[in-house]
Amino acid sequence: MSNTLIEFFYLLAAVLFILGLKGLGHPRTAVGGNLAAAIGMLLAIVVTLLDQRIVGFSVIIGGFAAGSIVGAIMAYRAPMTAMPQMVAVFNGFGGGASMLAAGAALEEVLAGDLLEPLGTQFTVSTASAAIIGAVAFSGSLIAFAKLQGLISERPILLPGRHIMNAAMLLACLGLGGWLVMEPTSSLPVWAMGAVATVLGIMLVIPIGGADMPVVICLLNAYSGAAAAGLGWSLNNSVLVIAGSLVGASGFILTALMCKAMNRSLANVIFAGVGAVAASEADTEDVYSGRVKSASAEEVAMLMDGARRVVIVPGYGLAVAHGQYAVQDLTQALEARGVEVEFGIHPVAGRMPGHMNVLLAEADVPYEKLKEMDEINPTFKQTDVVLVVGANDVVNPLARKSDPSIPIAGMPILDVDQARTVVIIKRSLSPGFAGIPNPLFAAENSLMLYGDAKKVITDLVAAFKES
Amino acid sequence: MESFIGALTIFVLALFLGFEVIGKVPPLLHTPLMSGSNAISGITLVGALVTAGMQLTTLTTVLGFFSVAMATANVVGGFLVTHRMLGMFHRK
Repeated sequence: MSNTLIEFFYLLAAVLFILGLKGLGHPRTAVGGNLAAAIGMLLAIVVTLLDQRIVGFSVIIGGFAAGSIVGAIMAYRAPMTAMPQMVAVFNGFGGGASMLAAGAALEEVLAGDLLEPLGTQFTVSTASAAIIGAVAFSGSLIAFAKLQGLISERPILLPGRHIMNAAMLLACLGLGGWLVMEPTSSLPVWAMGAVATVLGIMLVIPIGGADMPVVICLLNAYSGAAAAGLGWSLNNSVLVIAGSLVGASGFILTALMCKAMNRSLANVIFAGVGAVAASEADTEDVYSGRVKSASAEEVAMLMDGARRVVIVPGYGLAVAHGQYAVQDLTQALEARGVEVEFGIHPVAGRMPGHMNVLLAEADVPYEKLKEMDEINPTFKQTDVVLVVGANDVVNPLARKSDPSIPIAGMPILDVDQARTVVIIKRSLSPGFAGIPNPLFAAENSLMLYGDAKKVITDLVAAFKES
Repeated sequence: MESFIGALTIFVLALFLGFEVIGKVPPLLHTPLMSGSNAISGITLVGALVTAGMQLTTLTTVLGFFSVAMATANVVGGFLVTHRMLGMFHRK
């Protein structure tokens, strides 16, 4: 196939990717959008296989088989609550693939094969793809481990870590410079890859579990950038376009997440928020004697007299797999004429849109899932708010501008403006930010202790009897 | 796409396009957006295929196998998981 024809089909694939991403803008066109992008990918792959430089297919077929089996099994066996981990792990695979392919390309060019001319463009882009890909690879695996609970969700702060990270980055850049100046050996690229892999680990380990949404978006952007870098080194247009699209997508989402938390990206990555839980004394001051608790029956009676109920889900709901119980409750309430809506904070859960997917899985119609700005004005007219497994996103301390408060300035759901707030939690333990929540001690608040799924199931039963 | 400036042009335009298109996706769909765009980043498979298919030395062949396998997992897993998620969103 002539080069022009290949480039034409690559352009077609890129168009399909763009249309696919556009389709993801509305639930009705989203499935078709995903399909369009998949077809674009298939097109790009088939056209590439017709490239005359490919001499042997055994390795390729072997790789296809291994990758497809692993990918398909993981995609279908993962529960919806594990979506953040899945995105992290797949992203890691992509980053790693870019790194290895960049290294292999350099090996091939050095072995004398004129894959690409050995110029500055090639060496710079190969080095970039290798570094960024390696960071995306190891960073994603650490993110996966944290989300999966394989390592502690709390930030792990090693002494001198900023200096070590800076040193590693400089080392990578130095090795890159070496490669560009003297492209005679592939050693620099493998050394770069190794150092960057460690750097990736070091960058993600000090970030706590609840900041993972930002980290995953950023790592997604990195693997897009690595693909674009590889495309630049191989002079492949579809790699550059698709990689840039994904890179842009990741960076925008990262910025949106940071804005939603009112923290700068630098703060998220470097500040180690959440490492220190509030001292016993602080917590006592906020809560002592003022926290009232209730039973499921009492809360059910409360809801019986309500006209409007808003449910605010958080990570705790995901952990407890309580989304189906929540749907049962919603249906029971609506059968009695109660208006039910959901308030979804942009960073609730461990990934942007995490709560939406969980509730959609439980068949909650998506018009009920309201964004923060839409639902905040309605809390004044809301009778009962059920906060399920959420903490920091409803913490009134965020309204203060005291810099010692980790969540200061973060926009929150104004649930305290409702008539009654019921918080479903296993205990009074602090949320991710490690600070007490005055909402729990407020006049109009009631705690309902227990595992979210069990508590809500009890609520449904009690409600149906009342 | 031979020159640096050609690549830079495409890169810059693609970035702008990305910003425009992604900005329109509502928070409701952010999770499928993340997993869908992650699947698209598996485009690195195309680069892996070329380097793997040349079978120049044992080292490059081994590297090629792993990069193709990993990129394929990224693509297949990513699109399937996105499809699964999207199937769950429905109106009343």
